[in-house]
Amino acid sequence: MEFALTLLRQARDSLRDLAPVVLVIGFFQLVVIRQPLPDSVQLFDLVSGLIFVVIGLTLFIKGLQLGLFPIGESLAQAFARKGSVFWLLLFSFALGFGSTVAEPALIAVAAKAAEVVAEGGLILNTPEAQSAFAFNLRMVVAASVGTAVVVGVLRILKGWPLHLMIIGGYVLVLLLTLVAPDAMIGIAYDSGGVTTSTITVPLVTALGVGLATAIKGRNPMLDGFGLIAFASVMPIIFVLIFGLLGV
Amino acid sequence: MNDFIQILFDTLLDILPIAAIIFGFQYLVIRRKVKNLPAVLAGFVMVLFGLAFFLLGLEKALFPMGTLMAEQLSSHDFLPALADGIQRHWTDYYWVYIFAFTIGASTTIAEPSLIAVSIKAGEISGGTINPMMLRIAVALGMAFGITLGTWRIVMGYPLQWFVLGAYILVIIQTLRSPKSIIPLAFDSGGVTTSTITVPIIAALGLGLASSIPGRSPIMDGFGMIALACLFPIITVMGYAQIAEWLEKRKQPSTTSVEHQHNG
Repeated sequence: MEFALTLLRQARDSLRDLAPVVLVIGFFQLVVIRQPLPDSVQLFDLVSGLIFVVIGLTLFIKGLQLGLFPIGESLAQAFARKGSVFWLLLFSFALGFGSTVAEPALIAVAAKAAEVVAEGGLILNTPEAQSAFAFNLRMVVAASVGTAVVVGVLRILKGWPLHLMIIGGYVLVLLLTLVAPDAMIGIAYDSGGVTTSTITVPLVTALGVGLATAIKGRNPMLDGFGLIAFASVMPIIFVLIFGLLGV
Repeated sequence: MNDFIQILFDTLLDILPIAAIIFGFQYLVIRRKVKNLPAVLAGFVMVLFGLAFFLLGLEKALFPMGTLMAEQLSSHDFLPALADGIQRHWTDYYWVYIFAFTIGASTTIAEPSLIAVSIKAGEISGGTINPMMLRIAVALGMAFGITLGTWRIVMGYPLQWFVLGAYILVIIQTLRSPKSIIPLAFDSGGVTTSTITVPIIAALGLGLASSIPGRSPIMDGFGMIALACLFPIITVMGYAQIAEWLEKRKQPSTTSVEHQHNG
């Protein structure tokens, strides 16, 4: 009974979260564009789609609190107690790599990127060369996210200051930008944004906060966050280097 | 119905490797029973169905609507007519900027991974960070980044300048903000661009780049996401700076009240 009540409360929150999007779209459609909907967009689909979004958001947030958050934190605490850095780092890499390599947004961007690069003359303009490039790009990005989680976890263990590391990353990005091929720059910058998926973010956050809570002398607020930050800078660096090395 | 099964299957493929890694390490390396296993499994199933419903709803309603409007707003029919031989001024696209700003802000408020991070931040900050305020700060940064991105496409300036400028701002702010907000601020750049926002921004960038002469849709369409990731860092640190400043301004008056009590 209590569970049903919290679910209802979450549904109300989801409705509130979605209201601004509906208002913006409604305003632009009715006041600015003022054109009838084309046949491809049906009113019934719009309404049912919005209901699905509310149901989905409600279930997702509730499921996070029941499943992903607790297991992420309990795993982090178990690793901290076990004291085996090797297994923790292996887990971190696997989590980063595994959650990125199958990410639909990355697959889409990699395919698009292959077109851009072929047009820019960096690779041959054949389907084989393009799909090989898209595959390599996905592997590079997935490896970079794995490395990012490893570096982020090491930082939590050692207590290194985050801002110096991220600023160092930025400087590296800027230096690489000067020498990398032009066609790769936009792709590299965007690949930092597509890697952090809806499932990865809560899990990685729970991992960081769990570790920072379990390790003595670490503050969850100061040390627990920051893993996502690495996961959005590292792919830029890796993809720029990938572009430099002649693809 | 078929759509839903397809999406459910895709989401399953997305979650499966992660679940395998988590449970693999749990049982092979940690070798300990999962606390409250039925609840955790129920949570995973809810995440799976929740995400599938969410994506189905996005595909049915938000994406077609968002892309359609992005195309309509940037098309020639919508913009005021031009006399022959006159170059279009960048201010003609004002509806595009307003749309970019409002759609960026509103979709960010509904972004599931941002909700997740803000819940965690609220929990561990012990109430000093208000999850809703954090989300609004991120949404404003995101909206500004996207608007700047559309303006960049209209003007045709190179992306690097904008990224460099944003980096410098981030670095200056990092040196002056409260220490405890910095990791959260850096994280909030990455969380904003996961599910809802990316397809709509991409459509806006693509529509704009293909309707403006001299822009190539594939070359200029990229780069919006990069700016959208940087500006939330700036606004979240700004939010913390303002909160700290307000706190400081309040403090002298409260201590003086205490003095009166003591005296």
